[in-house]
Amino acid sequence: MAEEKKRRRLALVASQGSLDMAYPPLILASTAVSMGWEVGIFFTFYGLDIINKRKLPTLKVSAVGNPAMPPPFPSVPLQGPTIIGTLPGATALATSFMKGWMSKANMPTIQELIEVTLDGDGRLFACTTTMGVMGVEEEDLIEGVSCLGAAAFLDFASEADVSLFV
Amino acid sequence: MGAQATPRRTLDCRGLLCPMPIIEVSKAIKGMEVGQILEMLATDPGSQADMLAWEKHTGHEILDTKEDDGLLRFYVRKTR
Repeated sequence: MAEEKKRRRLALVASQGSLDMAYPPLILASTAVSMGWEVGIFFTFYGLDIINKRKLPTLKVSAVGNPAMPPPFPSVPLQGPTIIGTLPGATALATSFMKGWMSKANMPTIQELIEVTLDGDGRLFACTTTMGVMGVEEEDLIEGVSCLGAAAFLDFASEADVSLFV
Repeated sequence: MGAQATPRRTLDCRGLLCPMPIIEVSKAIKGMEVGQILEMLATDPGSQADMLAWEKHTGHEILDTKEDDGLLRFYVRKTR
């Protein structure tokens, strides 16, 4: 019987705070809760931006230093040498294109994936070291986050069946 | 699937990509009663393997899968 088995556990580290790097951990987390797994995501360093109230709605796709540049569509006017990405407005353009093609593919927003994760009792952990280094207070974070350090996350992850660093 | 197994509801996930079909199936099943059958329509080719994994992990039962010209139909029975 499935309910008698110990639930599977997924432990993720989200270390990147750009829009393109916010998707993979949240797609995995929302899928895992939908399969009945326990989930915890440790948001650390720039990954903390994903659960920062003010930054979450404005996560960006960096046009510079991003291996995903140029975008995989010839119609996007960011083709050519990497230096194009340094032009003013390139990041805004890359961000609006990504939002455009995600919505065209009926993909949810990051906020929606966070909601699915929380609704499925997934846990969002804010790295307290990052909070201290970056001057982020608990009230700057979205509802439903717990603040903890590496030892407490490792304790959670030590019981995990799957652990991934993103 | 026998004639006795009539879907209680149909969930249209056509045009949705991973992770949406799995998220939507999971939500839909939660709102149903044990024994009832959910029909799910999908066009994401990944949903075939994803649904098998979802079945394995949730314990709900896929009674039948039909494929017709890229349209997948899953018949899922809620088991608990």
